[in-house]
Amino acid sequence: MTLLELMMILLQIGITLGVVLFMVLYLILAERKIMGYMQGRVGPNRVGPLGILQTLADGIKFLHKEIILPSQSDYALFMIAPMISLVCAFTVWSVVPIAPGWVLADVDTGVVLVLALTSLGSYGILLGGWSSNSKYAFFGAIRSMAQMISYEIAMGFALVPVLMVSGSMNLTQIVLKQSGGFLNWYFLPMLPTFVVFLISSVAETNRAPFDITEGESEIVAGYQVEYSGFIFAMYFIAEYANMIFVSTMASLFFLGGWLSPFESVPVLSMLFAWVPGTIWLLIKVMVFLYLFIWVRATFPRYRYDQLMMIGWKVCIPVSILWIFVVSLMIIGGLL
Amino acid sequence: MIFYCFLVIILIGISGFIYARSNLKTVFFTELIQGMKLTQKVAFRRKDTVQYPEEKMPRSSRFRGLLALRRYPNGEERCIGCKLCEVTCPALAITIETQPRDDGTRRTERFDIDMFKCINCGLCEQACPVDSIVSTPAEHYVVTQRGQNIMTKDKLLALGDAVESRLAHDRQCIHEGDG
Repeated sequence: MTLLELMMILLQIGITLGVVLFMVLYLILAERKIMGYMQGRVGPNRVGPLGILQTLADGIKFLHKEIILPSQSDYALFMIAPMISLVCAFTVWSVVPIAPGWVLADVDTGVVLVLALTSLGSYGILLGGWSSNSKYAFFGAIRSMAQMISYEIAMGFALVPVLMVSGSMNLTQIVLKQSGGFLNWYFLPMLPTFVVFLISSVAETNRAPFDITEGESEIVAGYQVEYSGFIFAMYFIAEYANMIFVSTMASLFFLGGWLSPFESVPVLSMLFAWVPGTIWLLIKVMVFLYLFIWVRATFPRYRYDQLMMIGWKVCIPVSILWIFVVSLMIIGGLL
Repeated sequence: MIFYCFLVIILIGISGFIYARSNLKTVFFTELIQGMKLTQKVAFRRKDTVQYPEEKMPRSSRFRGLLALRRYPNGEERCIGCKLCEVTCPALAITIETQPRDDGTRRTERFDIDMFKCINCGLCEQACPVDSIVSTPAEHYVVTQRGQNIMTKDKLLALGDAVESRLAHDRQCIHEGDG
């Protein structure tokens, strides 16, 4: 490998991270704006025109704030935990294809890597809550762990039909198998698992209505209680990067990724032929992100036992049953 | 063909199982979608936000803001130094010293209101026989140094002069019964 190649790879990584961070910046603003609108307010509109510099200003504020280390905490773990969260949230982007061939690492076991890294990211939350040596942070971490474990199972099972039908664990291959118009996308034959995947991805990212890990009314802010300054911002960025990531995953697995929805429709396919695939992917991701924000603005938080009930008694049975249904469909030649 | 039959049977079995365990509203997210429709409707509604420094809320004519002293239209101060406001003030915020003036009338030579003690109850306004001390719509005051919290007679008269037109209008409204 020459130096030039190495530079190219580093450049690609830099661009990917830059794009992700940029999206995080404006996802936070979009969330505040949309939630404001849904609550009859206008949201932030003071910093820059229409408030477009608000998140940047918040980030600079976080940089200036002191990082407070609780005196009885485990300093090393306390500092490392948010980094684990952030690194895992960024590393998963290495296997995400945003257009045919546009992927940092075109590995054959992309799905496994994705599941492994999202699971690893929850260690950041667990260690952060544990090392804070605060009861609220500890409760938040324990709740988070229980939630992550329950919903990871449902999420994994929801992906099994996709893997069975596409016959590949390479994300690019999974998308290419769905080509041929929106009727060939996997969300139609796998509607129940699609819904289960959406529900469990909301739960995986610890967002409302599944945000018992940071349930303000019960445990202040959960695992984030003792965090301040930029290490808090790291958790924050990781949460939103994960949100974008699960949206991307949902569109890659079930909505045909960068494929145009009108591929086999006679006239529309000609009309939309000029739209690059990345734009389609972006639109799909934005639809999911809007859905997440919309859900957060609408529903109250689930109680802990209700959350566990939905995870174990609804999501997991439905996704397991649908594995059987899809396998029957494959045997019957439907898929 | 046999697989299709299997498929149909399993689908019926699943839906029967779900239906027996819960109701259809839960299975098809009917109520959740209703809620989401509502929030989306609110998102398109007119916003209730008041952009404060640029826009202000309307003030009642009976609003009790900072206190001020009024003058008669000929420029003579109304206060006759009867000290009724000082007596009635529940927070003991008012301090008055009086002295006869050259023309023989009794006037205040000192009229201090401590803004830290004042509770904006408006009892001094009710007690005043000559409508001299009044609550104004002004609500902001800044204290940067010790002693600035004391509103002296000069400051009170100046504030009264500044908002006199509004004060007169408010009293007119109250008298006519639509205050």
